[in-house]
Parts: sequence; structure tokens; C-alpha cells
Amino acid sequence: MAMIQIREALRQAMQEEMRRDESIFLMGEEVAHYNGAYKVSQGMLEEFGEDRIVDTPISENGFAGLGVGAAMAGMRPIIEFMTWNFSLVAFDQVVNSASKIYQMSGGQYSIPIVFRGPNGLAENLGSQHSTSVDSLYAHFPGLKVVTYATAYDAKGLLKAAIRDPNPVVFLESELTYGIKGEVPDEEYIIPLGKADIKREGTDVTLITWGKQLFNVEKAAGDLAAQGINAEIVDLRSLRPLDHETVFNSVVKTGRAVVIHEGFLFAGVGAEICARIQEACFDILQAPVLRVTNRDVPQPYATNMEQLVVPSPDRIVQAVRTVMER
Amino acid sequence: MAESLSLPEKSSLNPVDRDSLSHLYREMLLIRRVEELAAKAYTQRKILGFCHLYIGQESVAVGAAASTSDDYWMTAYREHGQAMAKGMSARTMMAELFGRQTGSSKGQGGSMHLFDKENKFMGGYGIVGGHVPLATGVAWAAKQRKENRVCVCFFGDGAAHQGAFFEALCLAQLFKLPVVFICENNFYAMGTPLHRQSAVTDLSLRALGVGMVSEQFEGFDVEVVRERVGAAADFARAGNGPVLLEIVTYRHRGHSMSDPAKYRPDGELDEKKKSDPLAITKARLTEDFGLSEADLAAIHESVEVEAQDAWDFAHDSPEPDTSTLYDYTYAPQEG
Repeated sequence: MAMIQIREALRQAMQEEMRRDESIFLMGEEVAHYNGAYKVSQGMLEEFGEDRIVDTPISENGFAGLGVGAAMAGMRPIIEFMTWNFSLVAFDQVVNSASKIYQMSGGQYSIPIVFRGPNGLAENLGSQHSTSVDSLYAHFPGLKVVTYATAYDAKGLLKAAIRDPNPVVFLESELTYGIKGEVPDEEYIIPLGKADIKREGTDVTLITWGKQLFNVEKAAGDLAAQGINAEIVDLRSLRPLDHETVFNSVVKTGRAVVIHEGFLFAGVGAEICARIQEACFDILQAPVLRVTNRDVPQPYATNMEQLVVPSPDRIVQAVRTVMER
Repeated sequence: MAESLSLPEKSSLNPVDRDSLSHLYREMLLIRRVEELAAKAYTQRKILGFCHLYIGQESVAVGAAASTSDDYWMTAYREHGQAMAKGMSARTMMAELFGRQTGSSKGQGGSMHLFDKENKFMGGYGIVGGHVPLATGVAWAAKQRKENRVCVCFFGDGAAHQGAFFEALCLAQLFKLPVVFICENNFYAMGTPLHRQSAVTDLSLRALGVGMVSEQFEGFDVEVVRERVGAAADFARAGNGPVLLEIVTYRHRGHSMSDPAKYRPDGELDEKKKSDPLAITKARLTEDFGLSEADLAAIHESVEVEAQDAWDFAHDSPEPDTSTLYDYTYAPQEG
């Protein structure tokens, strides 16, 4: 076991896979000579050269489409968006091209591609650099949507994403690239579509994903001090969604709160709530609540910004509400 | 800028002869007849949705296929003729239009989404200009693997104003990718004539800003298309980077089957029909290669049989098996 930063875990995943498979290349803005806007790809140009670590102009639609075309022709591109906010000018390529070509071609062309980059709140960047795109991409069959909180999950999931024969939307976070975690020395892969119980508990199920796990863990600690034993389900994949793990936990606890960045309205949490009530209606002791971004574009000022996103206090408050029913 | 680089005056192709030109004529005629049958099927509601016919533009696809038969192709949604020129059988094409299990995409794609991996026909796409960046990726892969292949990317004049088109041109030139971009300028983006779409109506000029070699020419004569696309493919194949060709053509029908094309000025269609690709090549065959009326009649008859056979095949094929509904969303993990 080594303690490494999440950016290193992601880098190791790409390096190991690129050494194994020559058809993999990394392309995006500043990934090569600049060593990555957030230094995820540091040193990779030196190891793999300019044909495989490729700087692009600021042209997301263009290079996302280039990646899809290369995938059709048998390569396995990793396309980095400097942030997922910028993917919205490439939405057509991710949705209309990547997610649909396998279907439109009657199964002739698969699209083994990873689109990756940081997503969601990155602190004081204003509304155009703070979007959570989770629900936008999770909406579409044909895409897989994957995210992580820990270095261990980051590496294992990214390796699985690279090996997947389908387009994978891989959601990272600027705020957590520097967080360290234990990663095994030997190779491992975490299959996509498997949630992970990050904390076992008996009283309430807290369902989350991505960096909100850290707020949820803080809240669970506070709740424990109040005598409430929360179970934490880290989804890791939004599509495919491991509803079995969610249902099993809710059957055990009878109560659930979903915590995520992004908006309440038509967010991924709404989907999870709907599935829980369909499958666990008779067991539920209280309505399933959601703690999400408040329904406004992200403001810049720190106090306003922190008001918008989920916080341990808001999570504790929501849990107390479902416990008091 | 690409300094003094320009397309070779002549391609590396051998000149056409009686047999090869007869073959190209037959290909164009088959496309014409299959499209006419598609129109008929559409009016009988055997083909549904959108249906964009290629009638009038056959020389572009057939001429390009004659010079890039083993290269990758990628195109938009007016692609029935291109799919057939690239090697898709009339049967498979028509069955897809009919929405049948035997269609090229097993009924998943329809008129706008024909794909034929075996013939390196990488799809018809329905978002104007959206597929142009994909071609740069295909060319990227071909270049990395030193395949000596180019990617030929077709799109219409309507796509020449999309951001995706411009981004693709920038990337292709920056990375010196072997792409032959072919803008089929048929003068109308749906119902809007070119001069109301663009301040610059010579669309080959779009290449100048990215330093790309380009050429504009009329594409009614299949021999000219074959030769100039061949020259462009030679250029790109030799590692000189991409080329933008603007091939001036004309569609005889409306944008789609639901468009009567009343926006055309009086007399324009009749005038353009004087340069019908079929008439041009037919005249060349009879005048310069000595084809007789009987020779031509034999071609027409065999085309008629093949086109009707495609209809019959599509008509008699089963609808897709509904139990396969979820089979085309995700590719299975290999191994």
C-alpha cells in the first residue's frame, strides 16, 4: 500500500493501461507540455510521446468528436475536458455521437472512449465553472457515468472505464485531486456499476457519490455522536446504477437521504428516490429526502456559494427530519 | 499557410476505359432507380420518417468511390447513394429504409443512419456538421497505424456554417490528418439558398483561414469527380495533410420527401437537368466509347432487375425481432 494523491492514482491508472494497450491515447487541452491543467497527466508526455499524449486547441466539440471517430476506427481514446463545464459545447459529440453510434449502426461500431475531467463545485469559480453535469449525462442510455471519492476508487474505476467497450463519462473534482489515500501496489480493477458501502450502519441510509462523500462522512460522525448510526452507500457509478445495494441497505434501515451536488429538479437523486419508493415502499419509515444544490446558478461569494451546496449541517438536519417521523 | 502546396494536376489513377466507365454509369443508374423506388415506397408509407434523396448528385458518390474504394467514408443523412457507391448492396440499403431486420443496421438506424463496417462506410449522421469532427478521428487512427488510408468526409453546403465543421478543419490541418473533406454544394440547405446562408458563396474559401489546400469544381461528370477526388486522396495519402473539395452539384428533388421544393426559381430545375450526371456519362459512353443502344438497354435492364429485387427483398424481410430491443445500447465486454 502506498499513500498517494488522487491525481497520482488517476495518472497511474492511465499509465498502466497505456503500457498494456498501444491503442490508448490521452488528448485534451494542456495535457501534454503543460503537464495537465491540474497536473493529472504530469510526466506522461515524457513517457509516451506526442503521438499518445496530445495537446489540442480550445476546441472541445472538435477533439471530442475526433476521439469518437478514433474509437470507431479501433483506438481507445481518453479525452480530457479541462472541466466538464466545457463539455457542454461538445454535448453533441458525447450524446448524439458517442452514446448512439453503437445503436445506430446496429452494433457494428462500438465506442470505447473515456471522457474525463473535473466536475461540480470547485470553489469561487462562478456559475460557468461550477456545474455538476451528472444528471445531464446519466440521462442517456449508451453512456456509462462513473465517479469516485477516494484514491483507491479513482484508480480502480478509471482502469475499468478505459477497458470498457462503451463511452464512459468519468467525473472528477478539482478540489480533491490533492487528497491522499491508500492504493495497493498490485494491480486491481473495480467493476463499473458496483456501489460501495463506505460506512455500515443500521438507522438510516445515506446515498451519495463523488466528493460529497466527505461531507456525508462528516455528517455521519456528527450523527453517531447523537446516537444515530448511519450507513453510507457510495454509488460510484450513476449508470449503470447499482440499485440492489441501495435497496438492500434501505430494507435494513427503513430510511434514506440522498446527497449530491447539482440541482434537486430532475437531478439523479430524483431517480434514486423514485426507485426506492417503487421497490421499498412497504419498508420505508419516512419519505426519502434529498440534500442537493439549492436551485440557483452558483454564486461567487464564499458565503453565498457555501449556502448553495450540500453541507454536513444540512445533511444532519435532513437525517434528523427522517428519523423524527 | 500551406505555402506552395497544391493538389496535383493529375491523379495517380489510370484513365477510364469502356468497361470501367460503363460500370460507373451502371452504379449511378442503380442509385437513381433505387432512389426512385424509395420515393415510391415512401408515398406508400413503406418507408417512414425522413427520407432525403440523392437524385441528381450520383456522380459525386460514384466518382469518389472510384478513387477511394478502400478508404474510410463518413457522411451526413443524404447518404443512400453514398452507401451504395461504397459497396452496400441495394438490398441491404432498401431493407434498412423499410425498417427490416435484414437492413444494414437491422432496422435500428433508418434512412439517415446507414452503416457498413465491412466496406468502411462509417455512417450517415443526422446532426448537420456534427459528424465532420468524427472524420478527423478516423484519419487520426489511420495515420497512427500507418494504414495509408484517408477518410473521405461528405457534408452539404448547409454544414459549412457549423462550428463543428470549422473545428474539424482546424484540427485536421493542425495534425496534418489524411482527410478529404467534400462539401457537396447542392445550393440549398433545406429551403434556404446558398446566398442567404453565407456571405461567401465560394465555400472552398473556408479552407483559407486554416491554411488548408482546397479546390472547387463542378461534379456532374463522374470522370471529373473520380479524377479530382483521386488527386486529393493522393495528396492526403502522401502525408501532406487534409484537403477541402467543394463539389458543385444539384439535387433534383426537395430536401426530403415532404418538401416540394417550391422555393426554386422558375426554370432552375430544368436548366440544371441539362447537366444531369446520367446524361453526361451516357453521351460520353456512346460518343467516345462506342456503346450501342443495345448495350445501354442491357445496362438499364439489369439495373431495373436489381432495383426491383431490392424492393422485393426489403418488402419480404421480417421486421426486427422485438426481443433484441436492448441489444444495441451497450457493447458487450470483450473476452
